[in-house]
Amino acid sequence: MPDATLLNQVKDFANRPNPYPIYARLRENPVSRQDDGTEEGTWVAATHGTIASLLQDPRVSSETLPPADRPRTGNPLTDLIVKPLKDWMMDRHRVFIFRDPPDHDALRSAVVHQFSRERVQAMRARSDQLVADLLDEKCGAREIDAVDDLAYPLPVTVICELFGVPREDEPKFHGWATQLATALEPDSLSDPEIRAENSRTFDAIGGYMADLIKDKRKHPGDDMLSGLANHATPAGVKMGDYDLIATSILMLVAGHETTVNLITNGLLTLLRHPDELERLRQDPLRAPRLIEELLRYEPPVQFRTRRTLSAIDIAGVTIPEGADLVLLLASGNRDGAVFPDPDRFDPDRVGLRHLGFGGSLHYCVGAPLARFEAEAALTALARRLKAPRLIEDPPPYRSGAALRGPEHLRVAIDGIA
Amino acid sequence: MAQPPGRALIVGAGLAALRGAESLRAAGFSGPLTIVGDEPHPPYDRPPLSKHVLTGAVAADATTLPGRHGLAADWQLGTAAVSLDRQARTVHLADGRALPYDRLLIATGTRARPWPNPHEGRLSGVFTLRGRDDAAALRCALAAGPRHVLVIGAGFIGCEVASLCRQLGLPVTLVEPGPTPLSRVLGSTVGGLIGAIHAGHGVAVRCGSEVEWLEAEGGRLVRAHLVDGGSIATDIAVIALGAVRNTDWLEGSGLSADCGGVDCDARGYVLDTDGQPDPHIAAAGDVARFPHPHYGGRRVALEHWSHAVAQGIHAGRLLAGAGPEVPYGALPTFWSTQGDLVVKSAGLTEGADAVAITQGDPAAGRFVALYGREGRCIAAVSVDSARWLPAHAELVAARAPFPPRGAATDRPKAVTILEPGLP
Repeated sequence: MPDATLLNQVKDFANRPNPYPIYARLRENPVSRQDDGTEEGTWVAATHGTIASLLQDPRVSSETLPPADRPRTGNPLTDLIVKPLKDWMMDRHRVFIFRDPPDHDALRSAVVHQFSRERVQAMRARSDQLVADLLDEKCGAREIDAVDDLAYPLPVTVICELFGVPREDEPKFHGWATQLATALEPDSLSDPEIRAENSRTFDAIGGYMADLIKDKRKHPGDDMLSGLANHATPAGVKMGDYDLIATSILMLVAGHETTVNLITNGLLTLLRHPDELERLRQDPLRAPRLIEELLRYEPPVQFRTRRTLSAIDIAGVTIPEGADLVLLLASGNRDGAVFPDPDRFDPDRVGLRHLGFGGSLHYCVGAPLARFEAEAALTALARRLKAPRLIEDPPPYRSGAALRGPEHLRVAIDGIA
Repeated sequence: MAQPPGRALIVGAGLAALRGAESLRAAGFSGPLTIVGDEPHPPYDRPPLSKHVLTGAVAADATTLPGRHGLAADWQLGTAAVSLDRQARTVHLADGRALPYDRLLIATGTRARPWPNPHEGRLSGVFTLRGRDDAAALRCALAAGPRHVLVIGAGFIGCEVASLCRQLGLPVTLVEPGPTPLSRVLGSTVGGLIGAIHAGHGVAVRCGSEVEWLEAEGGRLVRAHLVDGGSIATDIAVIALGAVRNTDWLEGSGLSADCGGVDCDARGYVLDTDGQPDPHIAAAGDVARFPHPHYGGRRVALEHWSHAVAQGIHAGRLLAGAGPEVPYGALPTFWSTQGDLVVKSAGLTEGADAVAITQGDPAAGRFVALYGREGRCIAAVSVDSARWLPAHAELVAARAPFPPRGAATDRPKAVTILEPGLP
């Protein structure tokens, strides 16, 4: 069947710079079965309507992770007693993007509670300062790498400060976060080597977080981790230690791996649309609508996976029980039935209902952070880069198909104002 | 598109009337259009009246419905229709005028059922809640900080007012003759679960009791006496005994109408007492009683906001002569905001012989209940879990087998089939 290869084409690294023509072909069938060698197959929802519907369908589960199965060590005591215990703990304390209600709701609500208006406002002001400092460091340069010089360090610093992770420990997180983000790439979950590496990484970062949480209990600060560790929400939710470790890891990884793509995709898109870059330079107040359009046009998270708990009739097909489901958010964002002239980048669209942050109960918790970080970065880049030019188009991409974005974005400039 | 000539008249100026008028125009009707309403206000939205208006978050006069420009209608507001002469195709108004029509939309809706003793019903401190002026008056009374509020009747409006009083920090008692709040519509099983949530928020729920008479001092309400001998000292009583359909003016018209509504055929044309449709007259909204195709043609009159919109649009197209005359049969849906609790439903529970909690946990205050009748899903009610309702509404729309097969997130380990406890 001709569709069989479309999902593999999406995953194919060669198509990373421009997967959108493949999405367009996938949209010819709103929901299609992609042969993956299993009886159920993997099902891809590619239109806005089917994705929005499946995002809020209770027959669609986020519990897609296979049971924990950390690598054997050869030590019988460890393999027979410690390993099963650790695997069991791991399964019980999944991060909440991989959990369903009711457990999901309590964990998420505790995090949402920490995103208070005061805290978000304070970080907003802080990120303007961070952007200014990062660009000041490049003063006199004739070339920047938008990823290494700004798009990566900004969100990482923001999330580390929010969570009270000491700045000097941040480099450890770089490797950990990159490794753990593979959990969002569908094929990595069936790769035993990646899974083994993930559990080792989880142990390492988990050990670090356990120590940090102990410290936050002894010396509470103003940060989110201190808040989560020491205070219940008004509804009485307070996480246990294992959930707290898992949740803080999730937040740190999400802070490392997503906003970087929003900022980088944003600058790339602006450099490809110089008129929009110029308009933003002249009118920084255009940033919010420009960023919403970016979230539609080049969303940092291209798709999320789910699993069906029972058969679902949708768009003329029946997805069987127990099937893997790919919700192709970035394709729904290019659905011409909802967004006229969908492949045009147009910040003046009104009533945008993009899927860039997902939807329903797993809607991105960090959306406010992503929005103001991107606003701070893109307005400053538009204002301060003198005559920016792309050195490579397309730029080299990171490996992920789900978390998609350039690995580097080299920009030639005449200086920084 | 066929364009029958003539004049259009809409009696009623609420949501169904407005959407009907817009639909009539959108379907190409370009003749003269007159809209008659007994209240002096342009069409306004009623759901906020028992919610945001009472808390003061929205002013009563800020509920005017947005309407399309260019409706080009002659609005006759503040004058009730008093009779219909179908032979002469004329509607007579309270001010003595007579309005001719070639096509007529009946959308007169309902009014609050009054307290049975009219003298007591006029006491200072006694309120009903249906219109914008009612809501403004009750808001004033609640804002003045009464010592106690009594709500008589624990249907949706009663529950909304009672829970909202708790949000305002007012002591409130809810008196209901049925076994639980909402038992008439949702049954005593689900009603009991919702009642327990309200009781947990401090509403004094007194079910199985009735107010016998209201005592006054100097024309002001001071106390309500219950049939079981008790009494409740209160400054305010809100009469929430349901609604009466505004069909009095149709008496003598030869149409099949009573206090339960005016009868229509499946398309929406009204029926005369011989059961024959009158092709010049359609009805829509709360007042229209029609055979619902989803419920075996059982005649229902629905007091739902979404129904007023959908049936208004349907009737407008029908009267404009636009397109084929198809049966109207949107799946009934409604919502009710009770304090911070949101109750939503799809389908009709009437006649249910079983109910099951299919998602969530009543103890946590969030759940979905699915109603079955003769092995089919007929209705679903969500309490603080509206995001799950669409999937259940699909089961209802498809008349899927009950109990439902398959699985869903947050489904209890064992789905227990319960008696719905409907009257």
